[in-house]
Amino acid sequence: MTALAQRVPSRFLPVLATVILFVLAFGVGSVRYDGFASGQVIANLFIDNAFLIVLAAGMTFVILSGGIDLSVGSVVALSTMVTAAGLRAGWPVPLVIIAVLLIGSTLGLLMGLVIHKFDIQPFIVTLAGMFLARGLCFLISVESVSIKDTTFRDVATAVIELPGGVTITYNVIIALLVVLAALYVLHRTRFGRTVYAVGGNEQSALLMGLKTSRAKVGVYVISGFCSSLAGLLFSLYMLSGYGLHAVGMELDAIAAVVIGGTLLAGGVGYVLGGLVGVLVLGTIQTLISFQGTLSSWWTKIVIGVLLLVFIAVQRTMMRGRFRSLA
Amino acid sequence: MTESLSPVVEMRGISLAFPGVKALQDVDFRLFPGEVHALMGENGAGKSTLIKTLTGVHRPDSGQVVLAGTDVAFSSPGQAQEAGISTVYQEVNLCANLTVAENILLGREPRKLGGIDFPAMRKRAAEVLSRIGVHIDPASSLGEHPIAVQQLVAIARAITIDCRVLVLDEPTSSLDAGEVAELFRIMRVLRDEGVAILFVSHFLDQVYEISDRMTVLRNGTLVGEHLSADVDRRALIAQMIGRDLGALEAIEEAAEKHQADGPVLVQAEGLGRRGAIEPFDLDIRAGEVVGLAGLLGSGRTELARLLFGADKADSGRLLVDGKPLHLRGPRSAIAAGIAFSSEDRKGEGLVADLSIRDNLVLAMQAARGWTRPLSRRVKDELVEKYVAALDIRPANPDALVRTLSGGNQQKVLLARWLVTEPRLLILDEPTRGIDIGAKAQIQHLVTTLAAEGTAILFISAELEEVVRIADRIVVLRDRHKIAELDGSASLDEVVELIAGGAAPEKVAS
Amino acid sequence: MKNRLLWPLIALAALLVLNLVVTPSFFALRMQDGHLYGGLVDVLKNGAPTLLIALGMTLVIATRGIDLSVGAVAAIAGAVTCVHIGSSGDAGTAFVGMAIALVLCAVLGLWNGFLVAGLGIQPIIATLVLMTAGRGVAMLVTEGQIITVNNDPYRQVGAGFVVLPISILIALAVLGLVAFTTRKTALGMLIESVGVNPEASRLAGVKSKTIIWTVYVFAAVCAGIAGLMISSNVSAADANNAGLWIEMDAILAVVIGGTSLAGGRYSLTGTLLGALIIQTLTTTVYTIGVAPEVTLVFKAIVVIAVCLVQAPKARAALSFRKVAVS
Repeated sequence: MTALAQRVPSRFLPVLATVILFVLAFGVGSVRYDGFASGQVIANLFIDNAFLIVLAAGMTFVILSGGIDLSVGSVVALSTMVTAAGLRAGWPVPLVIIAVLLIGSTLGLLMGLVIHKFDIQPFIVTLAGMFLARGLCFLISVESVSIKDTTFRDVATAVIELPGGVTITYNVIIALLVVLAALYVLHRTRFGRTVYAVGGNEQSALLMGLKTSRAKVGVYVISGFCSSLAGLLFSLYMLSGYGLHAVGMELDAIAAVVIGGTLLAGGVGYVLGGLVGVLVLGTIQTLISFQGTLSSWWTKIVIGVLLLVFIAVQRTMMRGRFRSLA
Repeated sequence: MTESLSPVVEMRGISLAFPGVKALQDVDFRLFPGEVHALMGENGAGKSTLIKTLTGVHRPDSGQVVLAGTDVAFSSPGQAQEAGISTVYQEVNLCANLTVAENILLGREPRKLGGIDFPAMRKRAAEVLSRIGVHIDPASSLGEHPIAVQQLVAIARAITIDCRVLVLDEPTSSLDAGEVAELFRIMRVLRDEGVAILFVSHFLDQVYEISDRMTVLRNGTLVGEHLSADVDRRALIAQMIGRDLGALEAIEEAAEKHQADGPVLVQAEGLGRRGAIEPFDLDIRAGEVVGLAGLLGSGRTELARLLFGADKADSGRLLVDGKPLHLRGPRSAIAAGIAFSSEDRKGEGLVADLSIRDNLVLAMQAARGWTRPLSRRVKDELVEKYVAALDIRPANPDALVRTLSGGNQQKVLLARWLVTEPRLLILDEPTRGIDIGAKAQIQHLVTTLAAEGTAILFISAELEEVVRIADRIVVLRDRHKIAELDGSASLDEVVELIAGGAAPEKVAS
Repeated sequence: MKNRLLWPLIALAALLVLNLVVTPSFFALRMQDGHLYGGLVDVLKNGAPTLLIALGMTLVIATRGIDLSVGAVAAIAGAVTCVHIGSSGDAGTAFVGMAIALVLCAVLGLWNGFLVAGLGIQPIIATLVLMTAGRGVAMLVTEGQIITVNNDPYRQVGAGFVVLPISILIALAVLGLVAFTTRKTALGMLIESVGVNPEASRLAGVKSKTIIWTVYVFAAVCAGIAGLMISSNVSAADANNAGLWIEMDAILAVVIGGTSLAGGRYSLTGTLLGALIIQTLTTTVYTIGVAPEVTLVFKAIVVIAVCLVQAPKARAALSFRKVAVS
C-alpha cells in the first residue's frame, strides 16, 4: 500500500507545478523590475482577471465531467450587451443582473440538455452556442453600447482598501466567492463527486446508481451561470457592452484550466488549479508589459509554449498512474 | 434446503426484444434468499439481458418482476439498488479517479451540514471492507489497486446498502485461482447472512463449487431450473447447447496429436520484458501446435505479444529461420510471416464499424501499404473463400462486423490472418466467450492448419482445451516459463506444475 | 450513406430556393471578358477556402482527431508569402514565397502530427497549442502590421479567373485529388480503420502513426493554400483576422456533411455540401438584408437542426449496441 505521504503529492503534482511556475514567473519579475513585487501588482492580477477566474471555475466543472464549453466567451459578450442595453433602457440594476444570470444559465441548460438528451458531442453543441450568443449580441446592437448608469459606475469604480495600502475592487471579492463556492460544490457535495465520477467513467457512474444526467446537464448550467456572472464583471471592468468583447476568451479559460493541471479527458483536476492558471497567464501579461519592448503577440506564443509544456508534463505524470478499468 | 422459503425475486413471463432480436421470450426466474444461484447459458442465451432487466438497465416489453411479494418496475439501476438489488459486473464498473471510500459509498454517503462527511465516510468504508476481509486504505485512489481488489471493492459497494439480492455477472473472469477462492469465501459469508446471490460464470468448475441452484437459458428462453447437486456436467452442457453432444465429441476426435519434426521456424532466446514476462527460450517448429498453459496473469498474453512485436522486448532476441529478426513492431513480425489474433476481439482485434470485407483484407492491405490497393476482384475472391471456409454468418461481405455474434467475429479475425498465409499463427484465447459449435470449428481449424505446415501458438484459459490440442505445452507461472511438456502430458501434470506448490498470492495487501 | 446526405441536400436546396425568391437573378450566369459571373459563382468562390480547409479537416476527423490550428496556419501562410514578396511584383518571387509558405505549413502539420501520433496527446489540446501560438507567430512574421503587396501573379490565386475564378478551380482540384486518392488507393479504408479502432489497426500492421501524420500534414497544407487564397484575394496579410474562426466553419461543414466527430466513417461529398451550405447561408443573410454579423445566429440554428436530424440515427445505433452486448 502506498503511504499517505507519498500519495497525496502525486495527486497534487500538476497543481503544485503550476504554483511553482507562478512563483518563478513572479520571482523573475521581482528581480528584474522595480515595483513588480508590490502587493498592488498582485492585487491587479486579481482585478484584471476577475472575470477569467470566474470563467475558469465554471470551465473546470465542464472539463472535469469530460466535456468542453466553447460558448463562454460569447456568453460573456452577450451578458455585457444585455447589461448595457438593459441599463440604457432604464431597467433597475437588480433586474439587469437577474436577467443576465438567467439568460446565461438558460443557455447553459439548453446546451446541456441537447448534449445529454440527443447524445451530440459537447464540442459541436457549444460551438453552436458560441455562434448563437455572439449572433444575439449583434441582434441587440451592432455597435458598442457604453454603460452610463451611475449605480453601476459607482460599483465599478468602488475600491476596497486592504492593509498595506493595497486596493481591490468588488469584482475580486465576487470572483473569490465563486471559487470558494465551486470548491464546496465539487468536493463536499454528491453532485460534485458525481461530476468527477462521470468524468472518470460515465458508464460506471451510471451503473453505480449516480444521477449522471443531472451532473452532465448541471455542469453546463454552472458554466453558463459563471459565464454570465463573468460577463457582469466584465461589464463592470469595461463599462460597455459590445458583440466583439471577449473574443477568444474561451481559449484563455481552457488554457488556464489545463495549465492548472486539469485533464481534458475529465475526472482529474482542481478549481484552485484553474485559479493559479489564470494568475500565471496574468503574470505573463504583466511581465511582458513591464518589459516594454516585447510586443503583445509574445503573450500568445508564451501561452502556447506553456500549454505544450504542461501537456507534456501531464502526459509523463499520468502515464500508468491509473490502471485502466475498461 | 431453501424450498420452504418464498422467493425474494420472482420474474414471470419476461419478454424483451431489441431491433431484430428477441433477446428474452417468456422467461420465468426465481431466486431464494440464502442461496447462490447460477445463471447458465451460452453467449447470446440472454443471461446479461435477464440480469439487466432485473437491475433496471432494461425494461421488459412484457412480464412482471416481483421483489419480496411486490410488483416492481425499475427505470434505472439506482432504483433497483435502493430496493436492495446490487450488481457487480464483469468489468469493474467503478471510477478509478475517485477514492476507495467514495467508490463504496457515493450515492448514499454520510452527510454533515448538507455536505459529505468525509471522516465518517472513510470509517464506514473501512467497516464494510473489513466485513469482507479486505484491508486497504479507504482514502487511496481506486486506480492504485489491482483489478482483483477493485472487484472486491465493487462487492463492498454492493453490500453497503441493505442488500437482499447480489448479482455477480462473470466476476471471476479476470481473477487468478487465489483471488477466486477469496471471492467464494466472501460469497459464502454473504449467503449465510441470507443474501440471495445470482452468479454468472463460464467456468463450470466454479459453478459446481459455489452454486446451490441453477437456471439454464438458451436463445432467450428458459430451459430448466435445477438444484446443482441434481444435474451432472454432461446433462448441463446438453441443456445449454441444446443438441446432442456430437459437437463436443468431434472436438475430441479432431485432436489427433502428432510429433512435429519440421524445421525450427521461430526461436526466442532469452526474450523478455520487465514487468511483463521474464526472459524465456522457446522453439516453435513448422506444423506444430504449441500450447501455452498458465493462469491469468502468468504472462501468457505478454509472451505472445513479444513474439509479435506488439510490445518491445528489453532483453534477448528472436530468430526466424535461424536468422535474427529485429522486431520494431507488428509490421516487421507480419512481414516475417507471424500473425497474432488478440484475446481482446473488440478492443484490439476487429474494426467494428467496418464491413466483413474490409476487416478480412485489413492485415494484407496494411502490409501492402495504402499505395498498392487490392483490386476489387481479388478482395471478393478472398472474402468468398474465407466466408465459406469458416462458415461466417451472415455471409454478406458488406455487413458491419459490429453486428456479428462473438463466434462469427472471432472467425472474421481468424480469417484476416489466414488471408496473409502466416507461417506462425498466434491465437490468444480464440475460443473465449463463443458458443460451443464455433469453438469446435475453430479447434478443428487449428489442427488442420498445423497438418498443412503452419506453426501455431495456442493460448487458452481452459487447460483441458490446451492439453487436448497441443503437440507441446509450455507452462507459465508468475511471469516465468517453468516447463515444457510433450503432447502426451495429462491435465493433472499441467495443473500440478501451474499450482507449483507456491502459495497463491494474497488478494489484499 | 446516401441517406446521410439527404438532409444536407434538402437544406442546401431550401437555401438556394430562398435566394431565388429574394433575388430572382440569383441563378443567372453571365460571361464578361471570358469570366463567368453570377450568384452561384460567388458562393463557390467565397466558399473555396472553407471547403479546402474542411477537406483536410474531414480526414483528420475521420482518424478521431481535430485540427483547431488551421486558421492560424492559414494566417501564417499569408503572412510568410506577403513578407517574402514585399514590394516585388514579379511572378518568381510570388511563387518562391508561396512555396516557402506551403513547405512551412507542411512542417507545422508535421508538428501537429508529432504531438498527436508521436506523443499521444489529445488532438484538441495538441492543436490548441498551435492555434494559440500560431497567431502570435503570424504577428511575429508581420511584426504586427497588415502587410499589403502589389503583385499581380500572386493576386491571381485568390482573385484571378480562368473562365471560373481560379480559387474555385483550385478547391475543386484538391477535392478531386482527395477523392481519387482515398477511393482508388486503400488510404480511405486505412484512415477509417485507424479512426474506428487505432489499437486494432496497429496490431493488424497498419502504420497508424504514418496515417495520422499524413492527415495532419494534409490538413495544414490545405489550410496553407486557403490562407494564400484569402491573402491573395485582398493582396494583404492580416495576421490577426485572416482565417479567424475558419476552423469552426470547417468543422461545421464536416459535421453538417454527416461525418461524426467520433471518427471513423467519413463523407467527402457530405463535406462539400456542408461547405456550400455554410457559404450559401452567409450569402443569403447578405441578400435578405440582415446585418452580416447576425449570420452567426443562423449558423447556430443550422448546426443544431442538422445535428438533431442526425441524432435519432445515433440513438438507433445505440440501441443496436445493446443487443451486441447482451
